[in-house]
Amino acid sequence: MSSFQKKLLVILAILAVLSPIGIILPEQFKAGDAWGEWSTDTIRELVGFIPEKMKETADLWKAPIADYNLGDEKSSFAVQALSYILSGAIGIVLCVLILFGISKLLEKKSE
Amino acid sequence: MHIPDGYLSPQTYVPLYAAFAGFMAVALKKVRRTLSARNIPYLGMAAAFSFLIMMFNVPIPGGTTGHAVGASIVALVLGPWTAVVAVSVALIIQAFLFGDGGITAIGANCFNMAVVMPFVSIAVFKIVRWKASGGWRVYLAAFLSGYIGLLAAAIVTAVEFGIQPLIASADGKPLYAPYGMEIALPAMAIEHLVLFGVIEGLVTLLVLMYFMKNDRDSVYALREVK
Repeated sequence: MSSFQKKLLVILAILAVLSPIGIILPEQFKAGDAWGEWSTDTIRELVGFIPEKMKETADLWKAPIADYNLGDEKSSFAVQALSYILSGAIGIVLCVLILFGISKLLEKKSE
Repeated sequence: MHIPDGYLSPQTYVPLYAAFAGFMAVALKKVRRTLSARNIPYLGMAAAFSFLIMMFNVPIPGGTTGHAVGASIVALVLGPWTAVVAVSVALIIQAFLFGDGGITAIGANCFNMAVVMPFVSIAVFKIVRWKASGGWRVYLAAFLSGYIGLLAAAIVTAVEFGIQPLIASADGKPLYAPYGMEIALPAMAIEHLVLFGVIEGLVTLLVLMYFMKNDRDSVYALREVK
């Protein structure tokens, strides 16, 4: 790895540490969900009912760290922020490992 | 822009899974051919960058939130096919581990953000930059590549939402995403035109300038046409 590439890795780690900005800003400016990413409860408030098939399939997957949060919506800010940073760190590690794995597999195949 | 489970009907998400699989298969072949010891570390970092930048939610005061995707700068630095692979990996991790984007919608989300976006971004960059190898034309091209790239992804996403009431309703009631095109399209287009696209443009521009200063030779979009 070149020294520039090492520097980039450090920048990625810094981004993970700064990532809670991504939960602070929406909170400060009273912004809600992204358009089209509402929970079924919010959908019921917005349109008055939950579409039938949406109700059946919305929760088919239970993510281990749902919403990048180890607590829940009512957890303290510290818990949410630390979960967010940890999620970012997990993201970096998994992305690097998986892409490295894919590269190695592709290299082998082309030999 | 991460479509959750329950918003898309199977007649939408199945074809999008197929389209994404096709692009991914070609992308893996192309990446195999261009892989070098020098750019292998960049692949993982590109996916990680995309993963992280999507965590920076930006608010429209009193309204919705959105974020940059990073697919434009990945396409400019590593090429659109490599971007397909890198951004998809980030999106698939987000879906399975963090519930950001549905499992049934992985094909759709990857198609929108990891296929449409990189190819639109690289096309815009090439057209705007024309033959310039530096200066304002390259900078403008970088900004617009991010701005229009994200906007294109948002519009494709909005169309997928917007067709649901048309193709999947029972007794006049929507079964999946409830808002038709007349609501979905302006909502998604305007928020990305006004704010999120600008952020993607700036991210694209800043990271490209950083690469031009430190490792210009490895920048795909500046190397290809001489």
